[in-house]
Amino acid sequence: MRYAIIGPGPTGVVAAETLRAQDPDAEIDLYGDEPEPAYSRMAIPYLLAGDIEESGTYLRHKPGHFEAIGVRHIRDAVTRVDSAGRQLTLASGATAGYDKLLIATGSRPVKPPVEGLNQPFIHHCWTLEDARLIAQEAHEGTRVVLLGAGFIGSIIMEALVRRKVKLTVVERGDRMVPRMMDQVSGNLIKQWCISRGVEVQTSTTINAVKPDPTGSARYLLATDHGDLAADLVVVAAGIRPTIDFLEGSGVAIRNGVRVNEYLESSVPGIYAAGDVCEGLDWNTGHHAIHAIQPVAVEMARLAALNMTGTKALYTGSLAMNVLDTLGLIAASYGQWEGVDGGDSAELLDAPEYRYIKLQFDGDCLVGAITLGLTQHVGVLRGLIQSRVRLGDWKLRLMQDPSRIMEAYLACTQ
Amino acid sequence: MMRSLSITPEKCTGCLQCEMACSYENEGVFNPAKSRIKVFMFEHEGRHVPYTCTQCADAWCKNACPTEAIQINAATGAKEINQGLCVGCKVCTIACPFGTVNYNQATGKVIKCDLCGGDPACAKACPTQAITFVDADWTGYDKMRSWAQRTDTQTTAQA
Repeated sequence: MRYAIIGPGPTGVVAAETLRAQDPDAEIDLYGDEPEPAYSRMAIPYLLAGDIEESGTYLRHKPGHFEAIGVRHIRDAVTRVDSAGRQLTLASGATAGYDKLLIATGSRPVKPPVEGLNQPFIHHCWTLEDARLIAQEAHEGTRVVLLGAGFIGSIIMEALVRRKVKLTVVERGDRMVPRMMDQVSGNLIKQWCISRGVEVQTSTTINAVKPDPTGSARYLLATDHGDLAADLVVVAAGIRPTIDFLEGSGVAIRNGVRVNEYLESSVPGIYAAGDVCEGLDWNTGHHAIHAIQPVAVEMARLAALNMTGTKALYTGSLAMNVLDTLGLIAASYGQWEGVDGGDSAELLDAPEYRYIKLQFDGDCLVGAITLGLTQHVGVLRGLIQSRVRLGDWKLRLMQDPSRIMEAYLACTQ
Repeated sequence: MMRSLSITPEKCTGCLQCEMACSYENEGVFNPAKSRIKVFMFEHEGRHVPYTCTQCADAWCKNACPTEAIQINAATGAKEINQGLCVGCKVCTIACPFGTVNYNQATGKVIKCDLCGGDPACAKACPTQAITFVDADWTGYDKMRSWAQRTDTQTTAQA
């Protein structure tokens, strides 16, 4: 049996290890177009901040790990999948066969339609190479404009601030992290950033990046609220699943690769897992991409089991995220925007940047947002995922949403 | 023999000696806020519930870690944070459905119970044996484990 995995991120690595554990004799090819050891993009902000070396981003620390378990890590991009002939075309021009294929290509940053983005000193912050370039160019006093205050934009702010740059953040939405935080919390994060010396402009669109005619800065960024000077531009305007190479393969795609409950795509023998994969969200009953490590590695393990013929049912995932914006910690779970006919409770301490909001469906918790909470946050997942009936504790939580841990213990122990 | 913490809330008087001992053992200060074990007080019921990591077999925190920073201590079975590898991303803190991995803002890393390397200070400090360190097979944690399985989509693989 010959397995191919496209994408050497956490998903691809866990899948390769699971395949090997299940099938000692199989050939396992792991494809990736970056010239690096398998690494974690999630660790890049900490590399950029100087907390870790590049080796700290590596997914496996034991030297020769992949050789030792007989996984070929092939540094080449897959450009085409011939699903009828079970053959991959590579960027180098070579071709390679497979019996079963796992698509674990994750996502890529989106380049927004802004004139002049294809110039030097304008980078995404996505790959190790991006991080190296930003590290070379972001120094004390460098005028940096960060385009986008979504999850990735926000999480790299700390690194940029610690590099002592002069930072301006421009976000098109009306608050920071609009896809993870509500009005209250998104604006509290904005206030927090401003209080720490970062200029934040929400509801602002950058239209063009042009050379600064005065020469004082490298670029002038034309926005709908005037010009911004920048020496370095970091583009964090969202991400999109990496699926272009699947054109013509017959693999059905909506936002990402659609999979069934065994993580198999519409083409038998081709599976998908991780951030490229649109699986079941059990909390909403709809398909969704939940781009976060725990979901990715669970999908990876189950997909690999299914590829080896061990039926492993994927029961779906729950949206969740945690974000550290210059030291202010935010988390969101599930249906934090609420459900029709459901109740909502919130507790706000704006001067202390603390906030918690709970969303109920009947007497079950279905979503939550927290700001400034670092203790026992995970129990929100326990409460949502176990679908525990809160009974009397719903009322207590409506009165004081901070009592989540007590509610959990009272309802489960 | 693998041993684990056994907690009997009915025996807990809420004295918080376990929190003090944990904090002193792990942080060098008597500060319950830095304890890895936490006693929850249900005053209206006169009930106190000590609570910490159950060292799940298929650890959610470990699976969630992007940098291999959560490792199993082969001698104790504890899931331990390697402080050198932890980057402080906090994904384990939201992934653990028991809420027992917490972020420590002072160090920028996460903390959790590591069974004190096999001699847990909380159990030694407990004056009423509400917290004991016993043969893993004996513990009343089956209830929690079955709970873990109910919420655990990671154990649904069928041969």
